[in-house]
Amino acid sequence: MAESVVSLRGVNKSYTRGKQSVDVLQNLDLEIAKGDFCALMGPSGSGKTTLLNLIGGLDRPSGGAITVAGARLDQMSSGKLAQWRANHVGFVFQFYNLLPVLTAERNVEVPLLLTNLSKGERAKRVHIALDVVGLAERARHKPSELSGGQAQRVAIARALVADPTLLVCDEPTGDLDRKTADEILNLLQVLNRKHGKTIVMVTHDPKAADHASHVLHLDKGVLVEAQAKRVAGSAA
Amino acid sequence: MANSIQQIAAVTAMNLRSVPARLGTSMVIVVGIAGVVGVMVALFAMAEGFRSTLAGTGRADRAIVLRGGSNDELGSVVFREQAQILMDAAGVRRDADGKPLALPEIYMLTDVPKDDSPGPNNVVVRGTAADVFKLRPEARIVAGRMFQPGVREVVVGKGAAAQFPRLAVGATVDVRDGPWTIVGVFETGGDVHESELWVDQETLRLASRRNAYNSVTVQLDGDAAFQTFKDAITADPRLTLQVQREPDYYASRSKALNDLITILGYTVAVIMGIGALFGALNTMYAAVATRTVEIATLRAIGFGAAPVVLSVLIEALLLALAGSVVGGAAAYVFFNGYTVNTLNFQTFSQVAFAFRVTPGLLVQGAVWACAIGALGGLFPAVRAARLPVVEALRAA
Amino acid sequence: MKYLPLVWAALWRRKPRTIYTMLSVAVAFLLYALLTAVNQAFNAGIEVSGADRLITTGRYSITQVLPLGYLQQIRNVPGVETVTVSSWFGGVYQEEKNFFPQFPVEPETYLAIYPEILLPPEQKQAFLNTRTGCIVAKSLADRFGWKLGDKIPLQAGIWPLKDGGNTWTLDLVGIFDTADPATRSQFEMLLMRHDFFDEARQFANGYGGWYIAKVKDPAQSAQIAQAIDKLFANSPGETRTDTEKAFNQSFLKQMGDIGLIISSILGAVFFTLLFLTGNTMMQSVRERVPELAVLKTIGFSDNQVLGFVLAESALLCVVAAMVGLAIGSVLLPGIGQKLPGFSGMELTLPAFGMAVLLAFALAVVVGILPGWRAKRLDIVNALSGH
Repeated sequence: MAESVVSLRGVNKSYTRGKQSVDVLQNLDLEIAKGDFCALMGPSGSGKTTLLNLIGGLDRPSGGAITVAGARLDQMSSGKLAQWRANHVGFVFQFYNLLPVLTAERNVEVPLLLTNLSKGERAKRVHIALDVVGLAERARHKPSELSGGQAQRVAIARALVADPTLLVCDEPTGDLDRKTADEILNLLQVLNRKHGKTIVMVTHDPKAADHASHVLHLDKGVLVEAQAKRVAGSAA
Repeated sequence: MANSIQQIAAVTAMNLRSVPARLGTSMVIVVGIAGVVGVMVALFAMAEGFRSTLAGTGRADRAIVLRGGSNDELGSVVFREQAQILMDAAGVRRDADGKPLALPEIYMLTDVPKDDSPGPNNVVVRGTAADVFKLRPEARIVAGRMFQPGVREVVVGKGAAAQFPRLAVGATVDVRDGPWTIVGVFETGGDVHESELWVDQETLRLASRRNAYNSVTVQLDGDAAFQTFKDAITADPRLTLQVQREPDYYASRSKALNDLITILGYTVAVIMGIGALFGALNTMYAAVATRTVEIATLRAIGFGAAPVVLSVLIEALLLALAGSVVGGAAAYVFFNGYTVNTLNFQTFSQVAFAFRVTPGLLVQGAVWACAIGALGGLFPAVRAARLPVVEALRAA
Repeated sequence: MKYLPLVWAALWRRKPRTIYTMLSVAVAFLLYALLTAVNQAFNAGIEVSGADRLITTGRYSITQVLPLGYLQQIRNVPGVETVTVSSWFGGVYQEEKNFFPQFPVEPETYLAIYPEILLPPEQKQAFLNTRTGCIVAKSLADRFGWKLGDKIPLQAGIWPLKDGGNTWTLDLVGIFDTADPATRSQFEMLLMRHDFFDEARQFANGYGGWYIAKVKDPAQSAQIAQAIDKLFANSPGETRTDTEKAFNQSFLKQMGDIGLIISSILGAVFFTLLFLTGNTMMQSVRERVPELAVLKTIGFSDNQVLGFVLAESALLCVVAAMVGLAIGSVLLPGIGQKLPGFSGMELTLPAFGMAVLLAFALAVVVGILPGWRAKRLDIVNALSGH
């Protein structure tokens, strides 16, 4: 296997709901290689979104070690985590989570505001990112003027624009019809193969999982089966 | 550092850009604070106008002499022989002919009805000299002419003329023992004398059957003369009189009403401020609530907690400032220069004065507004920063 | 009534928001309670003035003095029952800011004309027997810690003593209260004996400030007033006689329009409030669009939904108003004690009723727009909207 981007060792995660403590993830080990397109599947409540949040540095484990892009996330303060996310992760959400008051290009620019890039440099990168997702001509539209698929493309462009190590997608096609969903999945596949982006995607849609190079099944907080469809990194 | 400032600017700009979409809730802060600032500034402008009208009366190089123990001219009695002694005292300036520059005056009240209501108003009648201008060079006739000695004629202060339309040149006014003719209007630079009627002292003395004066105003001869004069008066056993510099005397006559309006102003401002604070809290909590997902998304992208806190605070402050500008401007437009008259209960007489919306008051209003805005923004800001990113995203 | 729990639950949908809104409404009504009480204290003079009392002053000003012989002359005017004389003493107790009015009066007649003043009989007798005696309002005695038998020194603001001295020392022989606590502020004064005052002062001896006449038939007041003024017409001491009510009213007018200032403040407060509360109701309805749609799906009529929103608004405004008024009525007596001339301030029943009406009016104004929106809500759209 190639070098790992994501590495989880003995990770536990439990929540307290009222007086009860619920174990969501139990003693989980996981490696995701650089350049992989990994789909996380499982019934609802299986802990797949929790796992994704841990990998994306949104949440911290109750126990165990998480190393992503060379950094020990479980040992970082929340401020450090924010900085780390800015540098290494791009998020794609089910409901796009675009800022309704900003145009598409402004939305895409947001992560770049965390960098020291000049205005011109930012505009260039935004343009490239929108080009990659095929939405250059909709740059000046607001989210309310975009279709669901278009909005998700803008969200993907936003995730890409700072050139993160890893793309983290939570049900990216959950709110889209079949045809649009396929277009988004094809786009992600292109990003993975042509641009070499490592992608972790949570989905409950088997067809979505088909686009991935690697599918992990999660049930009651435990990885039940790891199935390699293709050899990671063997593009073309 | 540069990076965090950029972050703050970016998040704030984003917040502010969404203000138009949340116009209704944002206006709660603006209107709430405009209300507080407007009422507060208007009340204080009233106090300030009243204070400066009285405090602006008289000159430091003149002194007013009253009976010892009397707080004001109305309650004071200076007998003729006392007046003669004090005018000859050391420290009083003399003119080219060697006559002391001093003016004994009679001070009484007469009832003047307003045109729209039958009730009387205590208007000051000052029995003075036709050459009063020598002692009070700030006074000048602006319409008609000065009264003539020995004749029942009246010149009316500009403020009194404005507040009582019936006090017009050519009309008559009851002073004592029947109607007197108004022959002119005078001004004294906006001070309290403009609320008075001036008549010839000897004529008034005869008509009111008085034997004594109420006060003597003297021109002091140089800077050190006040002490010289005061010592001379105090030392003389025949005189039971008190000497005050004119501005000190007049300023002391505004204290009670000024304090009353100021207390009322602060009470209303504090209570309304508390009301507006709750409004601001509501608005900012709502602002944070409607943007939960946005804030969480920004945090997911990598923005820190500090920019989020500061951006909410800055938004609250800017809205508060906008409110203070609206409130201050309204107070200025509606009240600045607005002239009213009231009974100064320290002198028992009517004083006309104009509201004064000063820059200092506007700044005070803005400070007040910022305090409300900062308090109203702080708790919602902290909540925004503490927002658990994972749950907020799930709520989408 | 069976819907009350439903409305109540809806009101508390977002607790902090409801609480903050209620608090700002409560604060506004607190201010209402305080300011109307101040306004009433200002106007109390008019309320307590008896229709059967006439005040005779100098024609040109109340500050003119009139010969004491007028007392007998006015008493002889047909229709006049009793007459008393009063003057303005204008003394200072310790310092100028301790201001309270002091009136030399003729004790027997003055107390007869003002039955509002409650003075124990033995203290009244002491007042009649002591030339240097004085009586004070209980609120003043409380403020300065005076007890019967105390000597009260007053610095003469106007009237020096015959020997040129300036300190009048009076013996406190009586402490009075008023029959109606609400009128306390009107009688917050010191009364001394006019005969002693006139004899001891340096000048203007034989004169009084003004005369108060009690008439037998209030309906005759106007004619009697005319008769009194006619008596002194074309004399050096011409008079003007008015009913006490007209006199007090015109005096109040001189203060400038306090009522106008207070209504302006209240206007600004309520306008601000309207905005705050109206916005909360709007927000709350906006958030609840799907829930209101569900209510309609279940079978509630459009008007019932409108009713729910209005009821919620009314509940919010009225509960909050009650809180504000309650705080106000607790605070008022304490404030009245601290403010000279304002003792006996309270939230009166009419002011309370007015406040409740205002609260309901506020509720309708802020509730009608969101209520209308709820009424017109389209179920299908509302339910499908995310």
